Amino acid sequence: MEDSRQGPVPAFRLTLGAMLCAAVLVLAAPGLALAQADGGATATETAANPPAQAASVWEAVLFYIVGGTVALTALGCVLSTNIVRMATCLFGTLGAVAILYFLMAANFLGAIQLIVYVGGTLIVIIFGVMLTSKSPWVKFNPRPVELLAGGAVCGLLFAGLAVAMWGADWGRLTPNPDGFEVAHIGWSLLTTYLVPFELASVLLLAVMIGAAYLARPERGE
Amino acid sequence: MLTIGLTHYLILAAFMFCCGLYVMTIKRNAVGILIGVELILNAASLNLVAFSRYKTGLLDGQIVALFVIVLAAAEAAIAIAIFVNYYNNLATIDVDRGDSLNG
Repeated sequence: MEDSRQGPVPAFRLTLGAMLCAAVLVLAAPGLALAQADGGATATETAANPPAQAASVWEAVLFYIVGGTVALTALGCVLSTNIVRMATCLFGTLGAVAILYFLMAANFLGAIQLIVYVGGTLIVIIFGVMLTSKSPWVKFNPRPVELLAGGAVCGLLFAGLAVAMWGADWGRLTPNPDGFEVAHIGWSLLTTYLVPFELASVLLLAVMIGAAYLARPERGE
Repeated sequence: MLTIGLTHYLILAAFMFCCGLYVMTIKRNAVGILIGVELILNAASLNLVAFSRYKTGLLDGQIVALFVIVLAAAEAAIAIAIFVNYYNNLATIDVDRGDSLNG
């Protein structure tokens, strides 16, 4: 329960964060525009045309930057022992995944990810941090044997998955160029996926009642 | 390397999944475990969207990812309510201390 982590953030971390943000901001806008402009053009033009090439390179550059952000912040969640810092790293991961959705032309999903996940779920988690600790800097250090066993299992799992995915033959892989309109999503939610959609609304009602019941203050008899 | 395909997204999602699994395994703070669950759910939806873009060319992946987001929000709300109760009863958020049922 000691407040041992309240010192100022080291300057190099601030610099690193600022550089990362600047790089994402500078590259995201033109890159996204080009990567999405790729869609309609590729179908009609030949392989040797400059816009499609440029868009593809932009897409790769953006993927490596944003994907690197995802990986680094996910690793930050693992390595930091401070719950507030973990929540901040999760913020970075969720935001970067939203940018990846935009990159994959899933615009509606990216927006929903930003609104519901970053704007809602993450705030709920931070509320949880504030409500459940006298000091938000409280730490519980795991035992070394747990760290070793967990690390071995997860490292092996990742190595196995990566090797399997790299070697797998996925067959025909053509990116669906122009993405989908929001109207298509709404249409399938109200036709093909009507039952899950209604179930989700019932679930949300149950969650609302349940959370209010669980979190209500104790009332004297 | 310069053409981004399905494999890149899958490996990134696998990395996120393993990070989430590790967080769930080693953290003793209940909210930390919830953060691990969120990482895993995000990795799953990243996979779904990547398959929807590169493989099937259908909307199904995106719709299922939408449901994943809804379920994650609901799950986080309930989990936080439970953690607040846990904290009120035990005065700690350490999951190892919730052993009252341990005969």
